[in-house]
Amino acid sequence: MSLQQSTSQTFGPYFHIGLKPIAVRLPAGAKPVVITGRVLDGDGKPVSDAAIETWQADLTGAYPVPSTDGSYPATSTLAGLGRVPTDAEGRFRIDTYLPGCVAAPGGGLQAPHILVAIGMRGLLKHLVTRIYFPGEAANADDPVLKLVPADRRDTLIARGASGELQWDVVLQGAGETVFFDC
Amino acid sequence: MIEVYRRSMQGTQPEYRFPPYGSTAKRAPTKLLVMLPHTLSETTGPVFGHDSVKAREFDLTAGHADLPLGKRIVVSGRVLDDGGKPVRHTLVEIWQANSAGRYRHPNDGPHSPLDPNFTGCGRAMTDAEGRYRFVTIEPGAYPWRNHYNAWRPKHIHFSLWGEAFTQRLVTQMYFPGDPLLPFDPIFNCVTDTKARDRLVSSLDWEATIPESAIGYRFDIVLRGRHATPVER
Ligand SMILES: [Fe+2]
Repeated sequence: MSLQQSTSQTFGPYFHIGLKPIAVRLPAGAKPVVITGRVLDGDGKPVSDAAIETWQADLTGAYPVPSTDGSYPATSTLAGLGRVPTDAEGRFRIDTYLPGCVAAPGGGLQAPHILVAIGMRGLLKHLVTRIYFPGEAANADDPVLKLVPADRRDTLIARGASGELQWDVVLQGAGETVFFDC
Repeated sequence: MIEVYRRSMQGTQPEYRFPPYGSTAKRAPTKLLVMLPHTLSETTGPVFGHDSVKAREFDLTAGHADLPLGKRIVVSGRVLDDGGKPVRHTLVEIWQANSAGRYRHPNDGPHSPLDPNFTGCGRAMTDAEGRYRFVTIEPGAYPWRNHYNAWRPKHIHFSLWGEAFTQRLVTQMYFPGDPLLPFDPIFNCVTDTKARDRLVSSLDWEATIPESAIGYRFDIVLRGRHATPVER
């Protein structure tokens, strides 16, 4: 059996009504990290109506696993899930933590990262990207970063230090953020 | 390249750049996308439990002093993957304009009035068969500035998480026979008529409540998993 997949449609400018912010729940012992930045369009103008959704592993690099028997858990395991809108200046702030290293396909480990989906008016389907952390030795061997042209890798690595990081989303042109076909 | 989930099928998904929808011009990426392997990060997702939604959140006509204006409707259907497997226990979030076509949002208006008895936000979980159900009112069509005399057909925005980040889908549900559909660039963003038709709900007598609410059926299909991951 093969069904045709439903077509993606834009979040539109009023998604705030239905897509409420989701605060990332920090695991015990996690190192808090604040990531701030802006979303900028092809004219360098701020995008004031974007939603940024984030998904990341726990401190050991693991993700929640659904029950194999299809039962319905009493409580959700949303740890590692976040959603924030941009403000009138296109700014956003993600209050999160440094995740562990996630297993890589075929063995080895990925560098700590946050998987990101970005939706907004003017995008018929959401964009997919990743945020990596500065100063992580594992970045050099990350199998996904290696797929990105070397001169564009820095668009995926946040700047800054000591838990206060900056990461911008540049939709077009010079310094355009790397987006993935997922 | 390891692909755990099927890529999107030909003709089902829009391109980022789509000139008839004006605001894609300054927002669509201009550089080639990088193919992302499906690692554990892409193939996992939040696990939703009983505590994810409150009991009344499926009913957008409830929770205010009075009933909202407009025609009450029941919107229900199933969330399946492209292999026909139900997507169970996943969160469905919807938002919509009121019956006059106005969103309760600071940036909308003043083309039509707000309704003090309507917020326009609903949440529900799918059951073990992938079924969901909302009670709401039929939204109104509304004007937008994409081109001269542009009107969006009546629609409800849907957000789905599925079981994995790769299944994330935000889409819109339309109403059968809406005369605005042929003129809407967002609805017409893919050329495949069958794919477009999947976004149009159908009248559903089984869900209709006599003397109360007309039923509309809207099934949603997310990307499915390969039987075994394919190494390329
Ligand atoms: Fe809308």
